[in-house]
Amino acid sequence: MGVLKMRDHPTVKIVTELDIVAARRLSRYMAKEIGFGVVDQARIATATSELAKNIYLYATTGEIIVEKIEKDGQKGIAITAIDSGPGIANPHKILEDGYAKSSSQGAGLPGVKRLMDSIQINSEIGKGTVIRIEKWVK
Amino acid sequence: MKELKVQYEKVLSDYLLNQNESNLYIGQNLVRELMRSNVSPEDLVSIHKQSMENIVPNLPESVSNSFDFLIEVMVHFGLKLKEHQSLLLKQEEIRIEMEIAAKIQNLLLETKIPKPNGLDIGMVSVPVRKMNGDYVHFMHDDGNYFSVAVTDVVGKGVPAALCMSMVKYGLDTLEYANNNPSYVLEVLNRIIEKSVDDSMFVSMFYGRYDLENDIFTFGSAGHEPALYYNSKDQTFSDLDSKGLLLGVLPEIKYSQKDIHLSENDFIILITDGVTEFRNMDNFDSRAYIKRLAKSLSHLSAQEMCNKIFENLNKLHNFQLADDFTIVTIKKY
Repeated sequence: MGVLKMRDHPTVKIVTELDIVAARRLSRYMAKEIGFGVVDQARIATATSELAKNIYLYATTGEIIVEKIEKDGQKGIAITAIDSGPGIANPHKILEDGYAKSSSQGAGLPGVKRLMDSIQINSEIGKGTVIRIEKWVK
Repeated sequence: MKELKVQYEKVLSDYLLNQNESNLYIGQNLVRELMRSNVSPEDLVSIHKQSMENIVPNLPESVSNSFDFLIEVMVHFGLKLKEHQSLLLKQEEIRIEMEIAAKIQNLLLETKIPKPNGLDIGMVSVPVRKMNGDYVHFMHDDGNYFSVAVTDVVGKGVPAALCMSMVKYGLDTLEYANNNPSYVLEVLNRIIEKSVDDSMFVSMFYGRYDLENDIFTFGSAGHEPALYYNSKDQTFSDLDSKGLLLGVLPEIKYSQKDIHLSENDFIILITDGVTEFRNMDNFDSRAYIKRLAKSLSHLSAQEMCNKIFENLNKLHNFQLADDFTIVTIKKY
């Protein structure tokens, strides 16, 4: 993933719990700007919150990057969470409810998937995890 | 969606004008339409907010804000609720699978109680959960021997049941009832040691009855000692034979012992689920069972098993802590 290019987008470093709130604030602000309604703003902020919390709890540090995206004249938002934490063992299985133990990284991901239009997980044990979620304005 | 919004606003404003039951009823009937259009609870709060802003001129800002707050809460609430629901669904799937597995186990491990000449045999085996970790295997061929194995897998549920199937097939391969108990235990120990996970152990009491000479030969692999009642002396003795649990180490030797049975003597084989009483520290359960069995000795072997189970189950307040198995062999 073009991490260097991504740095051009608004980014929140996740170090303390307060940074989770900053990430929520950023994603909500961008969502509003892109033209999402109030309810979708809430969904996007909640999904971002879950990703940021995952970083804070299990990877210690990482970052949340928020982008405006466009495709075929449709506008949307993409949020990418990058960490160099322990990694997730079975990224494709983690999206099944109840697969991850309730107190482990990835437990909230099935819910995040429901709030957004798409989710992509790349992870390597011992190296870290990149999760990208997208949602389009309807 | 737009139509629904209009409808909702209409029903809501009707209700604000007149708080009667009929308007509430109409409001609730909207839910079906909402579900059909995939409107989520947080969407509805948003619709409610907009409707209120339209119906009530100069709606206080605090009220408006409170709806935004509620939207936030509902998004997360919905998330957690869905997670919970899908876990319940999954649990139900597992429950159904377990039920099928338990049925298959019952079929696999079904044992017929043999009726050799001169012996009256009874048995009760009750699992604590769906799958039984205890297993009783009888063999009685046309020859002069009858044999019985009482087995207890350390562990419960599905893993124990899978292990048990292997024990059964191990015993099946022995084919004839005339094998020496020490030999049977050694063979099974090898099979289990080789093929089962290190955390899985099996205890077994194996007995062979010589029908011609009324000699009961037995060996034990870490199993609860059996009880032998001598009716002439009216005394009990423990049938114990030292031996390690099956599956711990390869190439273990097991010893065996003989006893001679006379008329009205009986042997009771049990698993530790019968003698184990949690929360009753100073209770000598084996002494209790001996007294109980003696008082029931006029009954048939099966009736004795039934009564002992009933009595102990009551003592457990009908909540057994472990799989419960008891086999009675009476000489008549």
